Amino acid sequence: MNHFFSRQRYLIDYTLASLLRRKGKHATLLLIYTLVIALLASVMLFTEALRQESQLLLSDAPEIVLQRQIAGRHALVPVDYLEKIGTIRGTHQIEGRLWGYHYDATIKANYTVMASEEHALTNSEIIIGATLARSRGVAVGDMLSLSAADGGTFVFTIKALLPSTSELVSSDLVLMTPHALRLTLGIPEGFYTDVIIAVRNPREMQKVAAKLIERLPDSRPILRDEILRTYEAVFAWRQGVVLLLLVTTVLAFIIFAWDRASGLSAEERREIGILKAVGWEIGDILQMKFWEGTIISLSAFLTGYLIAYLHVFYGNASLFAPVLKGWATLYPDFRLYPVIDALQLTTLFCFTVIPYAVATLVPTWRSAITDPEEVMR
Amino acid sequence: MRSSKPRPSTPWLFFLLLGISFTLLTFADSLRLRDAMQADLTANRQLVRDLALTDLALFTDARYVRHLSQQDNYAAFQDHPMALEHFPSGSLIMPPQLSP
Repeated sequence: MNHFFSRQRYLIDYTLASLLRRKGKHATLLLIYTLVIALLASVMLFTEALRQESQLLLSDAPEIVLQRQIAGRHALVPVDYLEKIGTIRGTHQIEGRLWGYHYDATIKANYTVMASEEHALTNSEIIIGATLARSRGVAVGDMLSLSAADGGTFVFTIKALLPSTSELVSSDLVLMTPHALRLTLGIPEGFYTDVIIAVRNPREMQKVAAKLIERLPDSRPILRDEILRTYEAVFAWRQGVVLLLLVTTVLAFIIFAWDRASGLSAEERREIGILKAVGWEIGDILQMKFWEGTIISLSAFLTGYLIAYLHVFYGNASLFAPVLKGWATLYPDFRLYPVIDALQLTTLFCFTVIPYAVATLVPTWRSAITDPEEVMR
Repeated sequence: MRSSKPRPSTPWLFFLLLGISFTLLTFADSLRLRDAMQADLTANRQLVRDLALTDLALFTDARYVRHLSQQDNYAAFQDHPMALEHFPSGSLIMPPQLSP
């Protein structure tokens, strides 16, 4: 056993010395390899963290949200719908929600305006999200004017800011009293934006949803499970643009690595010939080449993964922010809830390290079985 | 005669050990960060419950990406067969999955 390890160590010694002889070439390969892995691992950690956080946060979302649709569009729900819903067995805690969007021409951003009776607000007071406060440059006690549906302008006093740690769910929120909201957004009395329903027995959720559609054919119930599934899908591996960009990068790298690993240069072929001439066996040469692939790919994997971890959880995934921001003016500043999926990490390892290590073996074996004299010529 | 120069494998094996240790440490560090963020997470869950929130405020550029789960029913390319997505964030969202 000891002999085996000491032999492998001598092989590593030789391989490293051989790699250092062509420093520039291998350093470039290592740098590109590391960057590709850092990018892939960043996407993996970022999406997994967002997926987990969305599942944790939204597991407290309403059990059923009932929308009314007219001509395929979301419409206001009349108050008598609440009574009709109350007659369906299994439902309890039926509440009308008042919310809507407000476009602020000053910073060209959309706010989500919500009615809240929890915060003891007066009709001239609002509570706003931390991102919104930052974008407008306002603080507690300042005034914020919002244009109303009737063309007028309402001036509100900012009573408080929502905690900055909650920006992921509250960045663009403006909380006000139901009365102020109706005046600002122009929602008439007797109507709500949508209705939230709690179900006594969670197993009856589907049955209650079916009854809601039967009783109120123009309604569309959205279950909490559907909300969770939506976010599960958004942050799944098969995402759009980010993955598309990555696939292009990875394909370019595969071509580069394959070319590098599978085609041996004349110098490398000569080296193999000399090694065979001085008594190395095919097995030794293959082991040496295996170590070459392993040293490069393992070094790139470990460094790339650590860069990705620091980028995502300590650097707030700043490289991805421009992609995710899109054209949004309000972008939340949030710290991700760090979750590392060991299975995903293993998959990344298998897809990045093993193929490179193996790709180096085939051409080496082909050279190694050729007569040394022929190879050296 | 033995050379006093260290063998090339020594620094690499040290680097390997360091890399593996740091990789394992990231698991412990993520647990530490999670513990530190637990109070914020609980407060945010409470906020979601109190305000009956349904979505993350990750994309605020269009209503169908601001409230992903509350959007109107829509089909891809419904405006025009060649219509491209207006907002970059819309390209990050998958089309709704068809029920079996």
